[in-house]
Amino acid sequence: MTATAPAPAPSPGTKADERLVKTSPLRKLMGRPELGSVVGAIAVFLFFAIFADSFVRAASLSTVLYASSTIGIMAVPVALLMIGGEFDLSAGVMVTSSALISSMLSYQLTANVWVGVLVSLVVTLGIGVFNGVMLTRTDPPSFIITLGTFLMLTGMNLGFTKLISRTVSTKSIADMQGFSSAKDVFASTFTIGGVDFKITILWWLALVVVATWILLRTRVGNWIYAVGGGEMAARAVGVPVNKTKIGLYMGVAFGAWISGQHLLFSFDVVQSGEGVGNELIYIIAAVIGGCLITGGYGSAVGAAVGALIFGMVSKGIVFAEWNPDWFKFFLGVMLLLATLLNHWVRKRAEVTK
Amino acid sequence: MARTRTWVSIALAGALGASLAGCSSTGGKRAEDARKEASAQGRAAVNTPRWTFAMVTHSGDGDTFWDIVQNGAKQAAVKDNINFLYSHNAEAQQQAQLVDAAVDKRVDGIIVTLAKPDAMKAAVARAEKAGIPVITVNSGSEQSKAFGALTHIGQDETIAGEAVGDELNKRGRKKALCILHEQGNVGHEQRCAGVKKTFHGTVQDLYVQGTSMPDVQSSIGAKLQADKSIDSVVTLGAPYADTAVKAKKDAGSDAEVDTFDLNAKVAAELKDGTLGFAVDQQPYLQGYEAVDLLWLYKYNADVLGGGKPVLTGPQIITKDQAAALEEYTKRGTR
Repeated sequence: MTATAPAPAPSPGTKADERLVKTSPLRKLMGRPELGSVVGAIAVFLFFAIFADSFVRAASLSTVLYASSTIGIMAVPVALLMIGGEFDLSAGVMVTSSALISSMLSYQLTANVWVGVLVSLVVTLGIGVFNGVMLTRTDPPSFIITLGTFLMLTGMNLGFTKLISRTVSTKSIADMQGFSSAKDVFASTFTIGGVDFKITILWWLALVVVATWILLRTRVGNWIYAVGGGEMAARAVGVPVNKTKIGLYMGVAFGAWISGQHLLFSFDVVQSGEGVGNELIYIIAAVIGGCLITGGYGSAVGAAVGALIFGMVSKGIVFAEWNPDWFKFFLGVMLLLATLLNHWVRKRAEVTK
Repeated sequence: MARTRTWVSIALAGALGASLAGCSSTGGKRAEDARKEASAQGRAAVNTPRWTFAMVTHSGDGDTFWDIVQNGAKQAAVKDNINFLYSHNAEAQQQAQLVDAAVDKRVDGIIVTLAKPDAMKAAVARAEKAGIPVITVNSGSEQSKAFGALTHIGQDETIAGEAVGDELNKRGRKKALCILHEQGNVGHEQRCAGVKKTFHGTVQDLYVQGTSMPDVQSSIGAKLQADKSIDSVVTLGAPYADTAVKAKKDAGSDAEVDTFDLNAKVAAELKDGTLGFAVDQQPYLQGYEAVDLLWLYKYNADVLGGGKPVLTGPQIITKDQAAALEEYTKRGTR
């Protein structure tokens, strides 16, 4: 909520302007969009800590954090895009595209792996620009435009892979120069206190920090909220709407690039058919984290917590040894409960304002 | 209010009466219960400790084939006093995380499919580092040993494809269509490549969206209408065989439909000649043997296969054998 309420006429008895009233830090915290999701995350954690005895082991939590980070790396830029009032349905397969590009380019040119990685960055950002430009230059909503991109990428992933590699997965690039250093960057593990953690967790945290800084401390952040809150109004006050939207799509593409490189360097082979359906998971994570579907409201921290909730639930069900036939049902129920709790907390927080 | 209540009670009474009066003398739950009587049940046949084995597969949701694998695994688990856990995900990364979760749980044995071998490498290595024995099933016969698994149980997809090619030659076919219902599944590609290797005619691949039967039907139908010279359609999964038959009828084609894998419908259609033949890899055996071999390893340090994969297929099933198998497919074990 960036808009301030118009100042009411000072009634007798009030001395100061009510806009200048100091709000206590607690009050400030209560008004944050991610507050509800944090409460939801704590609830989910406690639930599985009670019902799954192996859930609270360090190694298990590392697995949960890894699962959350692979969603969270995408959920953060997707949340920014949703705050800006748009969707990207091509985000899931874009991850696979990004991995395929760097793998096949390095292999076919017998180049240093880093060449493929950097070309992949350029091409993936290009896909983001394509989404953004198509959206700003044409009439249809982002839902339709990115649905088109999603289908095209799905087809190209398989088509190009079959054309170039003759099979549905890429050839291994594990024995090529630059692989080990790239693996260190995108897919290594680090050990804290005898427990292995995946580096994606650091990428995830870094993205949250950067995205939060952009949203809360820069002009661009204000533009994003303004564009999502009301495009016409934003345009009228001189916000560069088109540039902002294209930038947001490039942000999603950047996230897809990181995720794609992680896929490639942790498995050194990429399956061309994967990634379909994940775009919805990123959107779900952002929404659990307090982003509004209609835009203009949300936070990067919230999206990260949403990803954490999703990771905890999807792995917690496994640790709790519930019947796998009902997995998706449990997942749906837990996510609904987390979202409802989140909503309830936010309502309470708004009342106390 | 009172009136609605009267109507509701009339409707309820009517429904109850109809269900009592309209008993079916064939099929249904009663026949199923009778079959259950005849199938294997039971209690643990051994007094070893209650070990926990986890099975992690690359199956999607609600897959007939994996249901049969699970039935086999569960039967062996009952017999061997095993606490059997099953989890699955079609995405490689997710499947690897599920194996990680099983390792975190410190289970006593892991059964895993290597449909996407490179993705599972690290997770399997982590299991072995934790001292958990691993058996691979169904897919990944080439990688199983290199990854340090005890044994691989399954069918070599290329050999199975070659068997189909040979059978098509026997039947004098000239032009086959290979229906791939999953984009990016290496095993499926190997099957079609195997058919191409031994078949003297031409083979065309057709990708369909396996998660949507209407799409499968319309895609096959369109292809058969476009090319009248296709005289055999090979589906890679039992549920798709019947869909291909429907598509063939719609398209007015007289191609023979053949399939990989079995289910009740396929057995019935083999029996009445709607389908040409099926090539079976005995999924029940894959689940059953995996659990049983892990038990043998824990109990007696036994390893089967002498470093080579233990093959459960291919087994060509035609009209002659179908009758005997129909009963077994109905109870979900073939």
